[in-house]
Amino acid sequence: MTETTYRIHGATGEWEVVIGLEVHAQVTSKSKLFSGADTTFGAEPNSQVSLVDAAMPGMLPVPNRECIRQAVRTGMAIEAQINAWSRFDRKNYFYADLPQGYQISQLFHPIVGEGQLLIEADEKAGIPADKIIGIERIHVEQDAGKLMHDQHPTMSYVDLNRSGVALMEIVSKPDMRSPAEAGAYVRKLRSILRYVGSCDGNMEQGSMRADVNVSVRRPGDEFGTRTETKNVNSVRFVMAVIEQEARRQVDLIEDGGTVVQETRLYDPDKNETRSMRSKEDAHDYRYFPDPDLLPLELDQAFLDECRASLPELPDAKRARYTGALGLNDYNAAQLTMEVEVFARFETLLAETATRLGKSEAEVATQVANWTLSVAPGVLKSLGDEAQLEYNTAAANAGILQMVDAGTVSGGQAKEIYELVLRTGRDPAEIAETEGLKQQSDTGAIEAEIDKVLAGNPEKVAEYRGGKDKLFGFFVGQTMKAMQGKANPAVVNDLLKVKLG
Amino acid sequence: MSSDLTQLGVKAIRDGVADGSFTAREVAEVFNANVAAAAALNAFIVTTPDHALDAADRVDADRAAGRPLGSLAGVPIGMKDLFATKGVQTTAASHILEGFIPEYESTVSQNLWNAGAGMLGKLNLDQFAMGSSNETSYFGNVISPWRKTGSNAALAPGGSSGGSSTAVSARLVPAATGTDTGGSIRQPAAFTGITGIKPTYGRCSRWGIVAFASSLDQAGPMARDVTDCAIMLGAMAGFDPKDATSLDLPVPDWAGSLNADMRGKKVGIPREYRMDGTDPEILKSWDDGIAWLKDAGAEVVDISLPHTKYALPAYYIIAPAEASSNLARYDGVRYGLRDLPEGAGLQDMYAATRADGFGDEVKRRVIIGTYVLSAGFYDAYYNQAQRVRTLISQDFENAFTECDIILAPTTPTAAFALGDKSDDPLAMYLNDVFAVPASLAGLPAMSVPCGVNKDGLPLGLQIVGKAFDEQGVLNAGLAIEGRAGFIAKPEKWW
Repeated sequence: MTETTYRIHGATGEWEVVIGLEVHAQVTSKSKLFSGADTTFGAEPNSQVSLVDAAMPGMLPVPNRECIRQAVRTGMAIEAQINAWSRFDRKNYFYADLPQGYQISQLFHPIVGEGQLLIEADEKAGIPADKIIGIERIHVEQDAGKLMHDQHPTMSYVDLNRSGVALMEIVSKPDMRSPAEAGAYVRKLRSILRYVGSCDGNMEQGSMRADVNVSVRRPGDEFGTRTETKNVNSVRFVMAVIEQEARRQVDLIEDGGTVVQETRLYDPDKNETRSMRSKEDAHDYRYFPDPDLLPLELDQAFLDECRASLPELPDAKRARYTGALGLNDYNAAQLTMEVEVFARFETLLAETATRLGKSEAEVATQVANWTLSVAPGVLKSLGDEAQLEYNTAAANAGILQMVDAGTVSGGQAKEIYELVLRTGRDPAEIAETEGLKQQSDTGAIEAEIDKVLAGNPEKVAEYRGGKDKLFGFFVGQTMKAMQGKANPAVVNDLLKVKLG
Repeated sequence: MSSDLTQLGVKAIRDGVADGSFTAREVAEVFNANVAAAAALNAFIVTTPDHALDAADRVDADRAAGRPLGSLAGVPIGMKDLFATKGVQTTAASHILEGFIPEYESTVSQNLWNAGAGMLGKLNLDQFAMGSSNETSYFGNVISPWRKTGSNAALAPGGSSGGSSTAVSARLVPAATGTDTGGSIRQPAAFTGITGIKPTYGRCSRWGIVAFASSLDQAGPMARDVTDCAIMLGAMAGFDPKDATSLDLPVPDWAGSLNADMRGKKVGIPREYRMDGTDPEILKSWDDGIAWLKDAGAEVVDISLPHTKYALPAYYIIAPAEASSNLARYDGVRYGLRDLPEGAGLQDMYAATRADGFGDEVKRRVIIGTYVLSAGFYDAYYNQAQRVRTLISQDFENAFTECDIILAPTTPTAAFALGDKSDDPLAMYLNDVFAVPASLAGLPAMSVPCGVNKDGLPLGLQIVGKAFDEQGVLNAGLAIEGRAGFIAKPEKWW
């Protein structure tokens, strides 16, 4: 396998960076991990807090089946070992956003064991070949609440809406060697989570955030001492943290210092990491099995249901797109990245194939080009003026059908689409009423061609003498004479015959 | 007539209300009066006479209307102040929860109200249920109604359910709730000449009970006799989906199935419980118990519980470990005491609040628990203690292949004087030496009064049963009760 050649160029030579990521993904579920409270983002502070979440005296946690199910499905999606027997542990520490004084997590027996994830080659980004990134484990745990320091001059306020929401902590192996690989890993993981539906992947709202472990070493040496930068909330920042932190460590070592194992924070405004706490004053979390909860035992029926409920996953989908559908790598990659994109593509593909009476493979490339470049271009140019409720598969397929039949040109298709998005009118009616149709009547086109050839005898002679490039000239002249409404394919065919 | 009502137990009151011999309101009124007159015992942290009267009035109205009555209809009870009671201060006898009024009702107390019981008040206890003498309460010691013959020295009512034991034995309440983590129902029951049963772990929901050690805490009834305990336990127990450790099993009709005939039953006598230094009068009471059960038809067999001597050390690792974590929520942030010194930050607030809010015994256990869970000690203490716990459970499993129930003393001594052991935590902890093994194994266990010692103080015998076999325990208790003829009660001095 071709390895990345990403290196930090230090004063004393080259350094390799070693990266491991712990991604915290908020589990998509209506209620919290151990209570019935709602989990909707953005509610009034402390409006989604049960007695359990507030850790009132005598309150007890009861596991939410749906959260467990989502973690298991996620584990299955990364081909991981699913542990039919797992257990919750308490991680003890005091903080105002942690009402119980402990977080219920899984240290000793996580629900998901080793798995893996594939990141695709991306020459431009510096990933020369496909690479498998190992995943150590996934465990389920409670999120903490949130402190607000800007509400009062001397006090901090606590919002417990997030307290007790289920998180999956997805821990990678230290398998990544460049910011690009880490970025690709986070994107791929996000994609899988969204395919599975176990996390909305919304990094701005904090539904997904990463702790970034970075160390540096001479290529091929033993691992160096790592630092952990907490709560990084975008792919761009993950990559920036790695660049900054690797650079900082190299400079430190080359200046005769040593890297301290510590927790750091990233400041996006200054684009730098800074120390939060070092190992010496690290918490002793006093983990022990939560005595309020029995071990979690998953039966075969539950596991079977989890597996049966998994959708086609990104790698399989991509393989099907390039294989059965015959799409090129680029289109396949673009289409399978986001759930919304492939969903739109697949609906339109089915609709178009049905209308044209063709197989999906026969129309896939046309639908892919429309989905990836034509349609987004029009949507972008219209901006807010586009009425998205008019953007139906039926309307899109109607346009593609006319393009396929040769009744409208590519340019006309865009104009029709624009009118569809503005007005919701029927594409065929628009083509008819607005005169957005191209001429495929061979008689009319032939007549114009004859005129063009007759008016340019020298050029005809030159072409026939071997100046092939002149073919475009005749096409242009004919189209001009037809006011751009002739079907170019028909024009081409007729010209070839006439010019013999 | 009226004053006699307080001499009645649960069954007699329920049946008397049902057949119209007296009204539930009359019962509530006389017990309210007894409670009010017994301030010297300090058994209650708050009294709730209106709660008892309101419940009684509902029962009387139900009876008048011919509606069906619950198994505890018209019975006013005392509620250990470890159970959250909606709208009524719930403190766990601590300063840190002083003034805390829950907006929720614990499952067990709700079950009792649903069965027609009313509440006379919240009973004093050792702070956070940590103690064996009721000397650790922030609200002062509970005084046992018992006194040694010829002495006025104040005696310990046992702990942690000391308010419960005092109130039942002094006839302030016909019955009370207790909780048992390492003997907290059985030891105070033995000290005060009453009956108390800790059911199988998981029988009674822990939801709404202030947690001490989650893997051990179990609620149970404390009452005058076995029948009353059976009736009350039937009302308290039941599956609760809000407690993940709750047993999803039907609740048998224990009271209806009581049977003192022990023929065909084997009673195991654990040889390891015959410890050096045990009070000879305790050993004598044990022999009496053996004779009574034989008389009831049981076969007596010698059994071995070889890991018994490790039970107490294991308990004093596991219980404080869980407590150190369970008590972390009392931090001054959301409810209860907050001590915020001038200019203090969050850490200072935690330190000040917890220093002020917890008593010495609670702090001792939080510190022990924190220590045994800390990095580097976890394996040597906590994991080792868990291994011991497994061995203790196996001891019982093995023993129960040879016998149906186990008979042992409840405590190594009769009640001691207040102050006697309060400076010596180890001596205090040793008082639970016979009670702790059944707690670690999660087994049903009961204390039944069996007589008085030469000082006139009551002694108790302990019956331990197989998991889920409360019936077997209650039946053996009934056989002893019928033969012990225990009628002693404290002479009123308060």
